[in-house]
Amino acid sequence: MSSRAAEPQLVAAEQRPDSILDVRDLSVEYLLESGVVLAVDQVSFSLKEREFVAIVGESGCGKSTLLFAIAQLLSPPAEITSGSVFFRGRNMVGLSDSALTAIRWKDLSVVMQSAMNALNPVKSIGSQFRDAMRAHGTTSGEEIEARSAELLRMVGIDPVHLKSYPHQLSGGMRQRSMIAMALLFTPELVIMDEPTSALDVVAQRSLMVQIKELQEQFGFAVIFVTHDMSLVSHFSDSLMVMYAGQVAELGPTQRVFGSPAHPYTVGLMDAFPSIRGPQRTLKGIPGHPPDLARPPFGCRFAPRCPKVMARCTAEPPGLYQVDGIEVRCFLYDPSPPADEGSTP
Amino acid sequence: MTELSAQPGPPPDTEPDARQESRGSSRQDPGAQLLRTEGLTKHFKIGSALSRGTLHAVDDVSLSVGKREIVALAGESGSGKSTIARLLAKVYKPTSGEVYFEGKPISSNRSRADQLRYSGLAPMVFQDPFASINPVFRVSHGVMRGLKLHRPELSKQEQYDEAVRVFDVVGLTPAADVLQRYPHELSGGQRQRVGFAQALAMRPKLIIADEPVSMLDVSIRVGLLNLMTKLRAEEDVSILYITHDLASARYVADRLVVMYAAMLAESGPMEEVLTRPKHPYTQLLLSAAPDPRAPLNVGADTDRGEPPKVIDPTPGCRFRWRCPLAIEICHSVTPKMETLGPGHEVACHVAQSGAEVKAF
Repeated sequence: MSSRAAEPQLVAAEQRPDSILDVRDLSVEYLLESGVVLAVDQVSFSLKEREFVAIVGESGCGKSTLLFAIAQLLSPPAEITSGSVFFRGRNMVGLSDSALTAIRWKDLSVVMQSAMNALNPVKSIGSQFRDAMRAHGTTSGEEIEARSAELLRMVGIDPVHLKSYPHQLSGGMRQRSMIAMALLFTPELVIMDEPTSALDVVAQRSLMVQIKELQEQFGFAVIFVTHDMSLVSHFSDSLMVMYAGQVAELGPTQRVFGSPAHPYTVGLMDAFPSIRGPQRTLKGIPGHPPDLARPPFGCRFAPRCPKVMARCTAEPPGLYQVDGIEVRCFLYDPSPPADEGSTP
Repeated sequence: MTELSAQPGPPPDTEPDARQESRGSSRQDPGAQLLRTEGLTKHFKIGSALSRGTLHAVDDVSLSVGKREIVALAGESGSGKSTIARLLAKVYKPTSGEVYFEGKPISSNRSRADQLRYSGLAPMVFQDPFASINPVFRVSHGVMRGLKLHRPELSKQEQYDEAVRVFDVVGLTPAADVLQRYPHELSGGQRQRVGFAQALAMRPKLIIADEPVSMLDVSIRVGLLNLMTKLRAEEDVSILYITHDLASARYVADRLVVMYAAMLAESGPMEEVLTRPKHPYTQLLLSAAPDPRAPLNVGADTDRGEPPKVIDPTPGCRFRWRCPLAIEICHSVTPKMETLGPGHEVACHVAQSGAEVKAF
């Protein structure tokens, strides 16, 4: 975008030139009266332009917290305790509210999980669009009208619904109008928190296809958080599997699906039945995710892991690079166990 | 009115059937019917005095569940599946139609004893494990209360022993310890197991499970699906499994019933319906199910429609607006369920005309 090229570029030293988002060692803690809960633990990843990254994990694994931390939307008791989030070369951690306001919605927008709760029930869709555009500098009524109608049409909703209230729309339409709203200023990054979780399979697929089409059209990057791994298999470029606040596995989606490395990913892949192919008995993953206030020492997946070794409960595994993916599991430790230093 | 065949029997042309081997579950003897609905209909009045309407939540549904059979009832949200569950559990009174349990119409249960007996024989397990257990009591409370109401013949000690037994069966071990906990101390999967234990304590013949796994994490889900097949094998219960997820339906159920807009669209033995779906809506559902093991199935004709709210419907197939194959008759005549294969019934004019249906 030409207007953006004129802005001073404060490229961080470690930022890859082609990435628009760089998350480095980001940790988030919930400071509760009963103690500290480490919800996001040293998460790092970067996102290129037009890239679609999916973050999957079970409830309570910290995926939504991570996403809120990236968008700087955390409120107490949650707090970013370390790390940085470089968005287009600028560290967003610690930015003032006014600086963030300039970035939010225009360059980076968020689609919340439940459109039912995210839309204001007593205002029409059109007036919510208007609010957002006024707050970010567009004041001409005609322009707002035209842009709102254009976007609704783009997500497959008739612009007459600008006059509708959220309860008059179906779940799928509400969710699509949320996405339209997020795209009002053609942002470079759209962060989506389970936008399809309240929808049926059919509506879900059509929304996914639509997100992908819009992405191709506008060229924004997407961070897509979901608990349903099978949903993103065909849509995301890279996949991050989170477990207990940490990255368990990160790599190209097809690679992770084709040959999952981390025992947790293997377990997840084995946990959902298929509608095709031979029927087989599935086992799922025994046990349940750990309480993040008291995470197990060593590998956090160890209590549920079928391949657990003595070492797993003695020391925490690092993130190891194997064939282009990152895995947090001692099975992929290139250095023998006697070696100290768990850095890859 | 069409009657849904009650005899699922073994699928006629099962390919080397991995399901039976893997489960080791014996099939119900054909004809042993446990529950049957006939023309079950539920309408709700909606709107104000000026704009009255009737919402058809369930229309003319005839289905059956055999002894020791798991039947999956699938459909989009708003298709009426949960209303059917509530009709069966007697939360709602049907507008018309009847539910027969072991051959007896349940509307003939007039006395409190009869009603209690029925609700003990056909208990329900709810979708939301966080909302369906009272948070201020220990989890033993729900089970013990059920036992007190439904099995008063047992002594206190026997009731407690039974509670321990059902907690063991559903995999909440050590049972004596788990019984003493509060719901907030349990994970979602464990709470849902409590739901099944509560149902099981009443010695049920049919468990009505309304989306029991949809709120659980993927890694926990399979455990509950396996529990359902285990309950059938070891406790001799039938299960009506209500879901929108065809893959999990295939995993546990013998027979599939697909609903669309308050009416039945298709029903039949699971593998038969999945390999040879005859209703365009079933085909749409199958094509939309996310499956990383299969290529993405998105053509130009990717459906973007939505299920209609059935308010004061006119005759005609309710899927016709979304159906690429709709012919003239679909706009004027509501299709009835008709048998088009062994145990396989379809409510579609195109399929009934003998034409090949390949909509999605």
